[in-house]
Amino acid sequence: MSTTEHSAQSSTGQRPDVGPDSNNGSPPPLADARQHDEGTLEQSKELRPPLPARPDLMERGQTAGAGSLRLSKRAARPQLQSQATTALSLADVHTADRLESGDLKSSPASRAVSRKPSFAYSLRHASTAASEVDDGASVRSDMPAAGSRLDGESMLGDLIEGASTPAFKALSAQIERADPFDGTLAEDDILSTQMQYELHDVASVDADGTNEEALLKIWKAKLKHFFILSASGKPIYSRHGDDQLISHYIGVVQTLISFYQGANDPLKGFTAGDARFVLLSKGPLNLVAVSRLGESDAQLRTQLESLYMQILSTLTLPSLERMFSYRPSTDLRRPLEGTDVLLDGLADGFTRGSPSTLLSALECLRLRKSHRRVVDETLLKVRSSNLLYGLIVAAGRLVSVVRPKKHSLHPGDLHLIFNMLFEAGSVKAGGGENWIPLCLPGFNNTGFLYMYVSFFSTSEDVHSPEAERPSSGGKDDELAIVLISANKDSFFELRQMREDLVIQLEKNGSMAVIKTAIRKGHASCADITPGTVLKHFLYKSRGNVQFTMPSFEPHFHGLVARRKLMSLYHNLHESIHSRTSHLKVQHTIAYDSTALAWETPLFELYCVASSNASRAALVQGANKVVSWIRREEERVFIIGGAVF
Amino acid sequence: MTDSTTASAPKPSSSVKLVLLGEAAVGKSSLVLRFVNNDFQPNKEPTIGAAFLTQKCQLPSRTIKFEIWDTAGQERFASLAPMYYRNAQSALVVYDITKPSSLVKAKHWVAELQRQASPGIVIALVGNKLDLCDDDSPEDDAQDGENVDGHEEEAVRKVSTAEAKAYADEESLLFYETSAKTGHNVSEVFTAIANAIPETSLKGPRGGAGGGTQAAISGGGGQDSSRVNLNARGDAGAKEGCAC
Ligand SMILES: Nc1nc2c(ncn2[C@@H]2O[C@H](COP(=O)(O)OP(=O)(O)OP(=O)(O)O)[C@@H](O)[C@H]2O)c(=O)[nH]1
Ligand SMILES: [Mg+2]
Repeated sequence: MSTTEHSAQSSTGQRPDVGPDSNNGSPPPLADARQHDEGTLEQSKELRPPLPARPDLMERGQTAGAGSLRLSKRAARPQLQSQATTALSLADVHTADRLESGDLKSSPASRAVSRKPSFAYSLRHASTAASEVDDGASVRSDMPAAGSRLDGESMLGDLIEGASTPAFKALSAQIERADPFDGTLAEDDILSTQMQYELHDVASVDADGTNEEALLKIWKAKLKHFFILSASGKPIYSRHGDDQLISHYIGVVQTLISFYQGANDPLKGFTAGDARFVLLSKGPLNLVAVSRLGESDAQLRTQLESLYMQILSTLTLPSLERMFSYRPSTDLRRPLEGTDVLLDGLADGFTRGSPSTLLSALECLRLRKSHRRVVDETLLKVRSSNLLYGLIVAAGRLVSVVRPKKHSLHPGDLHLIFNMLFEAGSVKAGGGENWIPLCLPGFNNTGFLYMYVSFFSTSEDVHSPEAERPSSGGKDDELAIVLISANKDSFFELRQMREDLVIQLEKNGSMAVIKTAIRKGHASCADITPGTVLKHFLYKSRGNVQFTMPSFEPHFHGLVARRKLMSLYHNLHESIHSRTSHLKVQHTIAYDSTALAWETPLFELYCVASSNASRAALVQGANKVVSWIRREEERVFIIGGAVF
Repeated sequence: MTDSTTASAPKPSSSVKLVLLGEAAVGKSSLVLRFVNNDFQPNKEPTIGAAFLTQKCQLPSRTIKFEIWDTAGQERFASLAPMYYRNAQSALVVYDITKPSSLVKAKHWVAELQRQASPGIVIALVGNKLDLCDDDSPEDDAQDGENVDGHEEEAVRKVSTAEAKAYADEESLLFYETSAKTGHNVSEVFTAIANAIPETSLKGPRGGAGGGTQAAISGGGGQDSSRVNLNARGDAGAKEGCAC
């Protein structure tokens, strides 16, 4: 399928033959996936409107020139114009910027340097690239067959040269950083030692400044920082440290930014010591990410985009621009009052590692297809006239969505909503029902929408409004009904809709089904892929812009282990998304983990196992995941959703 | 929106719309949480937008069902306030007795309500966080109410009872000092409001919270620079060709 996408330039990749498989005459699992996927795509075309372009594929298309995936290239925010899609659209606001940054980079060499952190991973992870250069196509689709027949050896072997060119080695050697899962090499494992304090707040500087030095030490030890400042250098937001503590550093950043801007060559990123700095300029704002977690520039930029979207969500773009055009020295802190909680929520999510942001995709609650259909139909039935989007959300996962045919939902917007509801806590803490003005920049960054939110506790069965007020409680057992309208006076209308919805859902048994599914939580990896070596995986369905994963428990317990896992995923993700290497399959081995990334036009799959797992075993696990998805696709993903 | 005259209650039952207004962090949500759930959270996060809650209040002669709008005190939401007080029969204007600026803000709200809200609206002025100055006898500090500004001292009363009471009397407001933390006087405020609602305005069902007017009314002095432009949403539909 994509042989034309990346013309084969390298002979490093061996192409195993795809032969008839021994599996009862049925095609081998992964090779089959291709046919199957094509089938799915076609089939789904009948069921739902065509898909919009995919941002990541669009990028790829740009890099690789012509491709078989002929997706229309669009301008910055492609889907804002009434593009009908499945439940979610891919239009993240990031697309344009990534393209732009790619284009601006002068040479492959400079690009490689700017991407240093992404290579760093290979320092300790002997990286076995299935296709270091552009011949991924055949390997990609054939790999499965090989995997099941030949234990993956023929396809994954012999490719280390690609990753060990002198240049690459030199590059890697410059970087000192920690691996994920580093339990034993404590000396340089900043992650394990620092991560547990990472999210603690830095205290304020005393009036007499005596504690400043101590605080600075704590501040500097943070693995990750986010700053937002105005073009004129006024601090707007910092995740850690108060103004007094950081003013000096903000000054330095501002000097750097304006120096390069003065030279008409905006600074995009640089490395200082073990920290990567990535800068993003957005109109009157400059956003800065500093990370020692080894994320790539593109990944950090995505995170900054998300913070920027939160600011737009509070202010709207026109109002932001107006403020600065009237008064360039505007202090944005006041108009943004209260938004810092939401920014902190996002920032901490990124520090913990957010699969949703990494993959620009959403996670859904697993429900039987028939159950989901009943929920969808109920939503459509009780829909009120002023409704724009309706969502049922459980513990950060989408249960169901109702939306107009013309408007898709943008993962970035949903991420903001989820962050507000489940991370920042202010909405839930308010109790009762909420009516919240907000801008959803992916939908329309110029105006406000109004969001009705009510929470249910899934632990009780009472459903009278008086009983739905969990004043505290874990986010894992909570169900929210979110109804969004463009009409600010429609609170009572939407409230009525919520009431009708709940009554109907109770009556047709859906509420019980949803609550049971929430209480069950994520399935464990062992349940999904029994008998395989896999400890965790992320599977992203590109067409649905959704992902699914098993529970972190029991293998990844606590903040540090999870962050290590997420760092590994970030590295895998970068290895197949980096413009400099078009890998389709990536296998990495570290002393305490092995991992496999596998990309097709239809999905991305990242699998992790312990260090002694063989490639063959990993491949087998990957196959298991893919066939599980094939069986479960309509359960783990929302396909279509309720459209009116 | 329905008038919930429930058949089960033998007493006549009527709903009363109540709006809470006041500077950020004075304890509006905490008062509501105390009234509705009899609970208190020491580190309550700021309200975003507004929260809607209901709670019944038993009077000897009837049951009052409060329909409460707990609004956000942060100034960026100030322009939305008219939407919530427009049809309100009662308002709780809250200040923090340890923060003089919050009384200034409260006075602004009272003035705005008197100008813009329904003519018969019952307003209660509430000085919250009384627990922070349990030790002081209220009258002791009567004279420094006015001149202390923004001291970071340990929880001392900064607004005297006498001063606030005098103002409340002048404007014919109900007046209470409360503590959402201890619960002191909280249900008393709501009961007093319930009693003060004229019988005549308790009859018949009422409309919902909104007509279609823009939130064009200023929330008081000095807010214009930080006001979020909410009118922009009109453009949204047009630009997107949104037909929904
Ligand atoms: N000691 C004490 N603290 C209180 C009392 N009431 C509220 N607080 C605290 O004051 C802070 C702000 O309370 P909120 O109830 O969120 O204030 P609010 O008026 O709703 O604030 P906004 O929603 O931002 O307008 C929280 O930390 C509360 O715990 C009180 O009676 N005594
Ligand atoms: Mg509040």
